[in-house]
Amino acid sequence: MNARIFELKDVKVSFATLDRTVEAVKGVNMQVKPGETVAIVGESGSGKSQLMMAAMGLLASNGTATGEASYRGTNLLALSKAELNDIRGRKITMIFQEPMTSLDPLYTIGNQLMEPIMRHRKIGAGEAHREAIKMLKLVRIPEPERRMKAYPYEMSGGQRQRVMIAMAIANDPDLLIADEPTTALDVTIQAEILNLMADLRKRLGMSMIFITHDLNIVRRIADRVYVMRLGEVVEEGETQTIFSKPKHPYTKALLAAEPTGHKEPVPKSSPTMLAGTDMRVTFKIGGGFLAGEPIYLKAVDRVSVTLKRGQTIGIVGESGSGKSTLARALLKMLPSEGSIHFDGRNIEKLDRQQMRPLRKQLQIVFQDPFGSLSPRLTAGQIVTEGLLVHEPSISSRERDRRAVQAFSEVGLDPANRNRYPHEFSGGQRQRIAIARAIILKPKVVVLDEPTSALDRQVQKQIVDLLRDLQKVHNLSYLFISHDLAVVRAMADHIMVMKDGRMVEQGSPDQIFDHPHEDYTKRLMAAAFVDHAEAKV
Amino acid sequence: MRWSIRGCVMTDISATTQTGGGRSLWADAWGRLKANKAAVFSAFYLALIVVLCLAGPYFTSHDFTTIYSSYVRVPPSLSPYPKADKIEQEVQDVVRRARLELREWKQDGERILVTVWAPKPIDDRVTRYLDRSDSFEDTKVENKSDDGLTMTMSTAVKYTYFYFGTDTSGRDLLTRTLIAGRVSLAVGLLGGVVAVVIGVLYGSISGFIGGKTDEVMMRIVDILYSLPFTFFVIMLVVFFGRNFALMFLAIGAVLWLDMSRIVRGQTLSLKRQEYVHAAEALGVNNKGILFRHIIPNMLGPIIIYVTLLIPQVIILESFLSYLGLGVQEPMSSWGVQISQGSHNIQGAVYLLIFPSVFLTSTLFALNFIGDGLRDALDPKDR
Repeated sequence: MNARIFELKDVKVSFATLDRTVEAVKGVNMQVKPGETVAIVGESGSGKSQLMMAAMGLLASNGTATGEASYRGTNLLALSKAELNDIRGRKITMIFQEPMTSLDPLYTIGNQLMEPIMRHRKIGAGEAHREAIKMLKLVRIPEPERRMKAYPYEMSGGQRQRVMIAMAIANDPDLLIADEPTTALDVTIQAEILNLMADLRKRLGMSMIFITHDLNIVRRIADRVYVMRLGEVVEEGETQTIFSKPKHPYTKALLAAEPTGHKEPVPKSSPTMLAGTDMRVTFKIGGGFLAGEPIYLKAVDRVSVTLKRGQTIGIVGESGSGKSTLARALLKMLPSEGSIHFDGRNIEKLDRQQMRPLRKQLQIVFQDPFGSLSPRLTAGQIVTEGLLVHEPSISSRERDRRAVQAFSEVGLDPANRNRYPHEFSGGQRQRIAIARAIILKPKVVVLDEPTSALDRQVQKQIVDLLRDLQKVHNLSYLFISHDLAVVRAMADHIMVMKDGRMVEQGSPDQIFDHPHEDYTKRLMAAAFVDHAEAKV
Repeated sequence: MRWSIRGCVMTDISATTQTGGGRSLWADAWGRLKANKAAVFSAFYLALIVVLCLAGPYFTSHDFTTIYSSYVRVPPSLSPYPKADKIEQEVQDVVRRARLELREWKQDGERILVTVWAPKPIDDRVTRYLDRSDSFEDTKVENKSDDGLTMTMSTAVKYTYFYFGTDTSGRDLLTRTLIAGRVSLAVGLLGGVVAVVIGVLYGSISGFIGGKTDEVMMRIVDILYSLPFTFFVIMLVVFFGRNFALMFLAIGAVLWLDMSRIVRGQTLSLKRQEYVHAAEALGVNNKGILFRHIIPNMLGPIIIYVTLLIPQVIILESFLSYLGLGVQEPMSSWGVQISQGSHNIQGAVYLLIFPSVFLTSTLFALNFIGDGLRDALDPKDR
């Protein structure tokens, strides 16, 4: 038996763009042994995904790959498309990050599972059907017979990712490449999927390449680690060694990027800035002319929040728990029931027109640094838009001066204010979004997952920035996140939400170290599993 | 794909060193468009057609209304008319028209000497018969017999060029094709603009306000959609009589429906973008959101649609003109010319070919430009 099932020799990937050729991967060597789990770690842009895409012949049309990517001695880069199709999907399979989009919404789960089985094994529909049910059982999907007829939209994100895994392992592959397979999932589901994958690997005896930016996952699942940065492998070795004795400064920085610190609670005497009592938000789904009876969904169900000056309340919960909805309702961006007081004034009955002057003091920073900045405006225009609304009398020179000030406050070079959002990195964009919020000198800022889309290291910088701004301007934050480590570092009061209700609240120490409710306990167990047990 | 790569290159949090003005998405799109050879060639070709149609008629030395009765339906030719073998025929015709008898004629260099006889003395003014012909000019009496019954006249042959030939009324086809091009392009441009302005405003307002207003506005669009187009135009023509402005109105009034649906769809998806929420959170009013955030981000699809809409308008105009509901003589459009050409397809196929070549090549160019713009503005769709 070949000792190396998959080997990369001096693989380079470059993309031809309008101005120049961008080298995304600059000569990478890598080996995978049978039955081994290898993790490739790096920030976004380190070329870790493009490396695997190149090996699988899935590069974008302007990309070229050179070097050698051999599977059992066959160089994949030299194969024709037809020859490559014999290997990929059968011997080497891949799972992608986004379970929402990697399944075709027009076909049933059964159809999509059977297709590759029939194609690669050349068997009939009946046999493939039995085989597909077996696969669904293997990935522990309940009621597999019934699920065969289900369409992707009928399944949750975690279940879809299980189906993706079932598709990937259906033809008994030698190598499974997983590109951030759990990034889009909630922590509790993430833990389940990882356990499943580790278990399947053992049972089926295949090798796995795990691409991720999350070191916790690496520690849980991988035998060996390659650390990539700017298209190069900077360090490789056994997982244990990398984590206990990292050599390269970049690896060290990566390991130290966990957000740290904690926030002192505000004194009891500090005034209440924003208070919501018995907040309820109900969404009407369907209904209307010829559409039948509507369904009412209680997105937020009787939740009360009191935010004091200088305080940071962390709201945690899985996706769909209503945490973002609650925050938007508090800002009167959604219709809601329950009284809302801002700075001692009841704002519950205010309409959009009446709310407008108050918007200056109530700001929000969104999760997606790519989506929250209008692509056709320059960074400077984006940051000063609020000034146009709230201080229309100031001159454009004064606006520009304020923009420069805001840029330097969030740690961006003001000279870049004439650039467009796509010319900034994710972290820089999030800084622009923060600058847009603070230029108006608000009193309350809602931070809706401001760090979730960012790499760990950048996350840490943004957390530090937010902390500094809070100190300087005495801001009150409503910090929404599903990332418990970040919340612990930022908040002095934590609320745990599930299905629109508040499950538990208290100080970070209380919630993290002595949770009362079962749900909180489960959440903590899933998020901090690596502290409890080493590797699965 | 390109964005992600560009984004990847700059993960470093420290501000990038290069300072000054940034390159907007428009500049990027422009760069991509310039790299598209078919689109660039088409743009130049279209510019050429526009210049030809605007300036060309001043240089053809024919007016588009002038009728050359001697040259009805003559085929296109690079050499001038009258042809050498046709001069005799023409001389005979003219002399017969003057009720004279042709004794002899001969060509003497530039000029032609014609000797005629009549039973009664000939008046000198018969030279006008020759001058009135499209083939001769500068006719003079050379000598006259004493009895006045025989006269010799000299006349110069008037050479005229009809590169595209002449139509069934004897008008220069080249000039008429260029003039027709003005009409077709103007209809295309104005009809397109009417459709875009109405469609963008209507669609974006409908999509942005949403709810009941959206329902009502879109049902109105549905009702208008269900009216048969030709019927609609015939009704307009019956009520208001034929005129040029009405054509724009009719075409624009039908084509904005597509535009408004496209724009409404775009608005609905843009409305859910976080930067629109962010603007709402900043307290920006509806007008500000619509004009600063939604419409600029829609311009890509709109521009693409416009380049595909203009050919559609031109074709619709051709269709209407073909039915006889379009522009009226002596004005013409490519559609009218093609319609007329198709009646003469057996005897004078060039009457069909020239306007068709102009029309189709222009539409081709517009479609290529549209494709190029789509690729340039939406690189991820490729």
